[in-house]
Amino acid sequence: MHFFKQIVFLTCFAFIIGCGVPNNPYPKSEQEQEIYYSTFSEEPKHFDPGVSYSSDEYRFIQQIYEPPLQYHYLKRPYELIPLTAEKVPIPRYFDAAGRALPADAAADSVARAVYEIRIRPGTMYQPHPCFAKDKTGELLFHNLTKADVRGFTEVKDFSMTGTRELVAADYVYQLQRMADPSVSCPIFSTLADYILGMGAYSEALGASESSAGGFSYSDAPFPGVKIVDRYTYQIILKTKYPQFVYWLAMPFFSPMPQEAIDFYSQPVLQERNITIDRFPVGTGPYRIETLVPYKEIVLVKNEHFRVERYPSNGAPGDREAGLLDDAWDIIPFLPRVVYKLEKEYIPRWNKFLQGYYDGSGISSDTFDRAIAFDDTGDPRASELLQAKHIVLRTSVRPTTLYLGFNMQDDIVGGYTADKQKLRQAISIALDYEEYIEIFLNGRGVISQSPIPPGIFGYEAGEVGINPYVYHWDVQAGRPVRKSLEEARRLLAESGYPDGLDKDGNPLIVHFDNAWTSAGATPRLAWMRRRFEQLGITMENRTTDYNRFRDKVQHANFQIISWGWNADYPDAENFMFLLYGPNGRAKFGGENTANYDNPAYNRLFEKMKNMENSPARLEIIRQMKQVLQQDAPWVFTYHPVSFGLSHQWVKNSKPSPLGGNTLKYLRVDAPLRAQNRAAWNKPITWPLWAFFGVLILGTIPAVITMWKRERGRD
Amino acid sequence: MLAYIIRRILYAIPILIGVNIIVFVLFFVINSPDGMARSILGEKNITQEDVDNWKRQNGYHLPLFFNTAAAGVAKKFTQTIFFQKSAKLFVFDFGVSDTNNLDITSQIWERMWASLTIAVPTFLLGLLVNITISMIVAYYRATYVDFWGTIVAVIIMSVSQLFYIIGGQWLFGKLFRLFPISGYDAGVELLKFVILPVVIGILSGIGGGIRFYRTIFLEEVNRDYVRTARAKGMSESVVLFKHALKNAMIPILTNVVLAIPFLFMGSLVMEAFFAIPGLGSFTIEAIQAQDFAIVRSMVYLGSVLYIVGLLMTDISYTLVDPRIRFD
Repeated sequence: MHFFKQIVFLTCFAFIIGCGVPNNPYPKSEQEQEIYYSTFSEEPKHFDPGVSYSSDEYRFIQQIYEPPLQYHYLKRPYELIPLTAEKVPIPRYFDAAGRALPADAAADSVARAVYEIRIRPGTMYQPHPCFAKDKTGELLFHNLTKADVRGFTEVKDFSMTGTRELVAADYVYQLQRMADPSVSCPIFSTLADYILGMGAYSEALGASESSAGGFSYSDAPFPGVKIVDRYTYQIILKTKYPQFVYWLAMPFFSPMPQEAIDFYSQPVLQERNITIDRFPVGTGPYRIETLVPYKEIVLVKNEHFRVERYPSNGAPGDREAGLLDDAWDIIPFLPRVVYKLEKEYIPRWNKFLQGYYDGSGISSDTFDRAIAFDDTGDPRASELLQAKHIVLRTSVRPTTLYLGFNMQDDIVGGYTADKQKLRQAISIALDYEEYIEIFLNGRGVISQSPIPPGIFGYEAGEVGINPYVYHWDVQAGRPVRKSLEEARRLLAESGYPDGLDKDGNPLIVHFDNAWTSAGATPRLAWMRRRFEQLGITMENRTTDYNRFRDKVQHANFQIISWGWNADYPDAENFMFLLYGPNGRAKFGGENTANYDNPAYNRLFEKMKNMENSPARLEIIRQMKQVLQQDAPWVFTYHPVSFGLSHQWVKNSKPSPLGGNTLKYLRVDAPLRAQNRAAWNKPITWPLWAFFGVLILGTIPAVITMWKRERGRD
Repeated sequence: MLAYIIRRILYAIPILIGVNIIVFVLFFVINSPDGMARSILGEKNITQEDVDNWKRQNGYHLPLFFNTAAAGVAKKFTQTIFFQKSAKLFVFDFGVSDTNNLDITSQIWERMWASLTIAVPTFLLGLLVNITISMIVAYYRATYVDFWGTIVAVIIMSVSQLFYIIGGQWLFGKLFRLFPISGYDAGVELLKFVILPVVIGILSGIGGGIRFYRTIFLEEVNRDYVRTARAKGMSESVVLFKHALKNAMIPILTNVVLAIPFLFMGSLVMEAFFAIPGLGSFTIEAIQAQDFAIVRSMVYLGSVLYIVGLLMTDISYTLVDPRIRFD
C-alpha cells in the first residue's frame, strides 16, 4: 500500500500546484510593465557586426549597433537618413591625377570616390565593463585572472561599468577588423573590390598574425580609410560605386571600440564564452541585459542613448493609420524587450492568441483560421482575430524568387531563338498564380522581372509586364498569363512539337533541388503536372543541400529554384544577379543561371553607376526586355509577409530593410494586462471531475483486493 | 571488481577510436570542409577566398587523414583534420563550436541542467508509476483490470508522443488555462513550467512501461519461491510487493541503469515544444548547421555514456544479486 500512498500524494501535490498557477509564463511583477514580448525560432550565432549576416541576428544587433546611416522608418520607397552621421555623405570623385570630377562623371574616369562621414558629437556607448576605469584612470577589467571571473557567465556579472563618447576612430577600427582574416567577415571580398587597399591590408594582417610577434592594425597601411578629425572619417573607393552609401546602413559598418576587442580578447573571458560575438558594445537604443541564446534574450534601454525623436512624416496613409501619433516624441518607448526561444509554431501561435506574445507571423496551418479575404480579394484578419482586435499588416518583401535555367546547358541553355522560345514556353506553363494560391495562401506577388515592388525600376501596370508570358487585359486592368496553346506553339517552334524532339523522343528536363521536407512532394507534383501539360517530362533530382550547392557551383543542373534577399533597395542589387562576370560557375558569383548576354552586361555596367533618374529607368527597362526575351529565369514571385500584432502594440510598420525598428514601438501595458486577464481565466472543474472518476473507478478494484486478502486469511 | 572496471575501461578505448573514425568518415562523406565553410559563412556574397580563409582560421585547411606534404612520418598523421580535431576528445577537451567559436564544454554544462529538470522527474516518477501500475495489473492478473490495463497500455503506446504534447498543451494550457503552454524559468517559477511536460512525459511512456514491467512481474509470480511464500500463508500483496519486486530487480536494473546517463541528453521533441533550454536539440541543430565540432563531441559523449551505462548496469547486478561476482 506504500506505493499507493505515494502516488496519491504526488498526484494531489501536482493537482494543488496546478490549480493555483495560471498559464501566464511571465512573473507577476512584469504584468503592468511596458515590456515587449517577442520570439525567435533559431539561436542566433553571431552578434559581432563584422561577422553577422543573417536576418535572425540583425533583428537583435540592429537595436544595439549603429552604423552611420539608417532607413526612414515610415517612408516608402526606402529613404536613407542619418543615424549617427550628421548627414548622408555625398561622394566626391577624383581622376587618376587627383583632379576633382563632377558628380555625374563617367565611371571609367573615376579613380577615387571619397565618402566623408561626420558623426554627431555627444553619442555615448552603452554602459559596459570594457570602459570601466579605476580612480587613476586605468581600465579596470583589462588584466583579468581566472579568479576575477570565477562564476561569471555574462557581462552583467561585472561589478562596474563605464562609457565613453563615440568617435570616428571607432568606425575606422571596425573597417580594419573587417579586413582582418581572423574575423572572417563574410562581405570582405565584396568590399575589397571597392575599398582602396583593403585586399593588401588584409594580406598584411594575415602575414602579421602568422608571424611570431604580436601585431596591431596600425602596423600596415590601409589607404581606404582615414580619420580626418575626432568626429570625421573617410572611406575611399577605387571606383565609382553609388550603391556604396547603402552599405553604410548595414551593421557591418557599425563602430567598434578598441577597448571592447581588447577586453574580450582576454583568454579568461573567452574560456567562459564571454566574447564580442555574444555581448555587443554599441551606441544604439538598447543593450543586451540577458543573453541565453538557447532560451531567451532580453534587451533593455541603453541608459546613455542620445535624444532621438519619432519621425514626423511618413508615407501616404501613415497618419490615418495612427503611425504619426507619436511624432516628435523621444524614442525608444519600450524600456525592456523580451525575446523567448520558441522553436515550434503551435505553442508560439497559441501563446500569441493568449496575449503572451505581442506579435506573430502566420503559418500555412493556421492561415485559414487567421486570415479571411474581402470581396476585392484583399486579406484581412479573420473574425476570430478581429474579436481580439488583432491587427494584420502585410508587406512585399524585397526578395525575388525564381527558377533558374542553366544557360550553359545544351538543352535548356543557350541564346538562340529556339532556346529562348523553349524557356518562354516553360515560363508560361508554370502558372505561378496557381502556385501562390495553392501553396502560399496568396502570399506572393507575381514577378515580371528581378526587381520587386518598392525598388526603383519596378513598374506596375501594363508597362511593367513581361510581354512574353503575359498580355494586358485592358478591361480588367491586370496582366493575364498567356494560354497553354501559346506555350505549345512556342515549344513547337523551339523544336519540340508536343514535347517531342526531332527523333520523336520526349523532352526530359531535370529539376535539381534540396527540397527534402514533407511539404515538397505536392510542390514537385504540381511542377511535374505543369510540365506534362506541354508534353515535357520533368525529372526530379532532390539531394541534400551540400550536393545541391555543389551542382549549382559547377553548373551541373538544368533548372533550379533560387532566390535573393536585397542587401539594399537598389535595382543594381537585383540586376547584378544576371550580370555575366558574376557567373557562378566561372567566377563564383551570384549569377546562378550563368547568364552572359553581352548586351545585358553593357547595359548593366552603364546602369550600375547611375543615380536614380529617368535615364536610369530607361536603361533598366531595356535590361528587363533583354531578360524577358532571353528568359534565363522563370520569374516566379516576390513573397508577401503577413504580420499580426495585438491592439496594444503601437507604431508597428513592416520594414524588411530597416532593422532598427524596435525603438519606434510602444506598448499599452494596462490594456494588455486587462485582455490577458480576460482571456486566461483558469478552468479547474475538469480536473476535479477527472480525479473523481479515477477514484470511483478504483473502488471495485480495491474491493476485489480486500476480498482476496480476506479470503487468504 | 576494480580489475574488472579497469579492464572494461581499457576495452572502451578502441571502441571510442572506432566511433570517432566512423563519425568523421560519415560526416565528410556527405560533406566537405568547403561545404562546411559555405554553410557557416552563409550563402550571400561568399567567394572561394572567404571559404579558404574560414578553413584556415578554423583548422579545416589540412588534409582529412593523411598529409603527404608534411615532413616526417608522425606529422603526416598528426597534421590532419582527423588528428587535430579528434585527439583532444580523449581528454574531454571538446574545443569550440565551428559556427560561433563558443566553448562546447561550457555549452553542454549550461544546457544539461534544463534537460535534467524535465528528464529526472519524468524518469523517476515514470518509473514509480510504471512499476506500481504494472504490479497492480499483475496482482489482478486474469481479471478485467489486467485485461483493460493491457489494452489501455497498448493504446497509449500506439500513439505518438507528439500527440500527447500537442494535446496536453491544448487541453491544459489553452483550454483549461492551468499551465503555461511552454516556457522555462528559474527558482519557484520553474515548477509551473515543469508539471505539464513531466505529466505528459510520464503519460506517453506509461504504455510501454506497463507492458514491460507487467511481463517481468508475471514471470516472477509463477516461480517456486512465490509459491512457497503463498504456501506459508503470506498475503498476495506481501508476496508481490516484498518478494516478487525484489527478485524482479535484475531485469528492471538492466532497463533503468542504462537509461540514467542519457537523461542529461534531453528529449528533442519535448524540449522543442515546451521551449525547454536543454540539450535535446543540440546535436540535431549542430548537424543541420554542419557544426562538426559539436557533432563529434556529442557523439563521443554519447558513446562514453553508453559504455558507462553498461558498466553501471553490470556493477548494479552485484548489488541486487549476491550470486553475481566479477572475481
